[in-house]
Amino acid sequence: MRWWLQRAVHAGAFSALCTPLPIAKPPPRGKNRPPPMNTFTESLALAAQLITQANGPLWPTVALSLRVSASACAIGAVFGLGLGAALAVARFRGLGIAVGALNTLLALPSVVVGLIVYLLLSRSGPLGEWGILFTPTAMVIAQSILVVPLIAALARQLVVDALREGGDQLQAMGARPLLAAALLLLHERRAVLTVLLTAFGRAVAEVGAVMIVGGNIDGVTRVMTTAIALETSKGDLPLALALGAVLLGVVALINLAVGLVQRRPGVSVSASGVVG
Amino acid sequence: MSASDLIRLEAAAVHFGAVRALHDITLALRQGERLALVGANGSGKTTLLRLLNGLIAPSAGRRVLTPNADGRAPRSAMLFQRPFLLHLSVRRNLHIALWLAGVPAAQRPQRAAEALQRVGLQPQAERPARALSGGQQQRLALARAWAVRPDILFLDEPTASLDPSAKREVETLIDAFGADGMTLVMSTHNLGQVKRLATRVVYMDAGRLVVDLPTDQFFDHHAVPPEAALFLKGELPWI
Repeated sequence: MRWWLQRAVHAGAFSALCTPLPIAKPPPRGKNRPPPMNTFTESLALAAQLITQANGPLWPTVALSLRVSASACAIGAVFGLGLGAALAVARFRGLGIAVGALNTLLALPSVVVGLIVYLLLSRSGPLGEWGILFTPTAMVIAQSILVVPLIAALARQLVVDALREGGDQLQAMGARPLLAAALLLLHERRAVLTVLLTAFGRAVAEVGAVMIVGGNIDGVTRVMTTAIALETSKGDLPLALALGAVLLGVVALINLAVGLVQRRPGVSVSASGVVG
Repeated sequence: MSASDLIRLEAAAVHFGAVRALHDITLALRQGERLALVGANGSGKTTLLRLLNGLIAPSAGRRVLTPNADGRAPRSAMLFQRPFLLHLSVRRNLHIALWLAGVPAAQRPQRAAEALQRVGLQPQAERPARALSGGQQQRLALARAWAVRPDILFLDEPTASLDPSAKREVETLIDAFGADGMTLVMSTHNLGQVKRLATRVVYMDAGRLVVDLPTDQFFDHHAVPPEAALFLKGELPWI
């Protein structure tokens, strides 16, 4: 067994995988069982049941998922928007290579990020003294690393496009390149919000990194995606699907809220986008 | 160099890679004059305007600024054919322009209000800038330029994309700024506008300065070289 896997087992990470999510289960199979439902119908009913249990185990898992991914996006926004803005206005030899590398990182596999963060944070790793492996903090770090390239690449493109329209005029008003880029991010703030939502979607839906650095410990680091992976591995597909439906519902609600904010009074929508 | 020269170009040239956009331009911009740059598309008017404003550096020759009485370089502002306004309110657009110009925060509200008053946009102060009509947007851009109290206002085809009514409003404002003593430099295809607003005309052809005359002499086509006379005939066929 690999050393890092031994360490993870020792830390209790993968034993946690075997801990079932304490959620009401469908009735056992047997002759008294009602006629078998379609898996999707069954999962939807189960999803509804999970959602209506106010004190049930679902909401802490959802809350942790949202907390970890939102924190990662906030950190990713600081670094990603800064990096994207800087690359949009930077002029140096090798800029094309830097942009190409950034775009390549858009496809960064989450398990690779998880593995790298695991190696950094494990006891024998350079940041082992922090003692944060298998904690939500480690999950936030991993997801931040995952979303920074996404936010940076999309923000860079946003700023580059906006510079074509207004770069000269901002320069004529006295804005230095980085300040002009920052103003253009403010100008394109609704598009930036969409970028951040995309990043949030990437973070909240990934499973590889949080599984490795969080360990899927029940009540501590178990999030929606790792719970879905666990239930699927146990063969409880209706429950896994129900959790998936809840995850999609949560993301849909967030999108709806953002949409409502964008349509607030004083903001009109034109053919070319939202103005105001 | 005369004491009243604000900017002087000495044998200035601008190259964009292999393309020579301006050749050997020598030109002095004097305090309080209204200079119009005319010429066909691609003749180098906008490049010359950007060079004068310092948005691009000369590839050869030099650009010299004369400090004014209190020892600072002349302050400039520029108006573009299509003004770029941030997705913010009219007032906030002005505040950002003032902030970029280094105006202290305490002075910004009053300076913004005065500028809006000057261009007649005070009732629109809280509206999204991008929801204004084309003419109003150009007036806001003029307010943004005027608010920073520039010594020189550069105008790049300021009325090219406006309807006749908006064009008249913007011209009236430009004329008023000039009457206040602001030095104006504008590139335009509109020779009627040149007659109404300019005191001096520079005719450009293929990146070269061909004619530099007072406005009344420029429109006397016997006083200009043949290529400029042809341009005048093309633009004003009734001459």
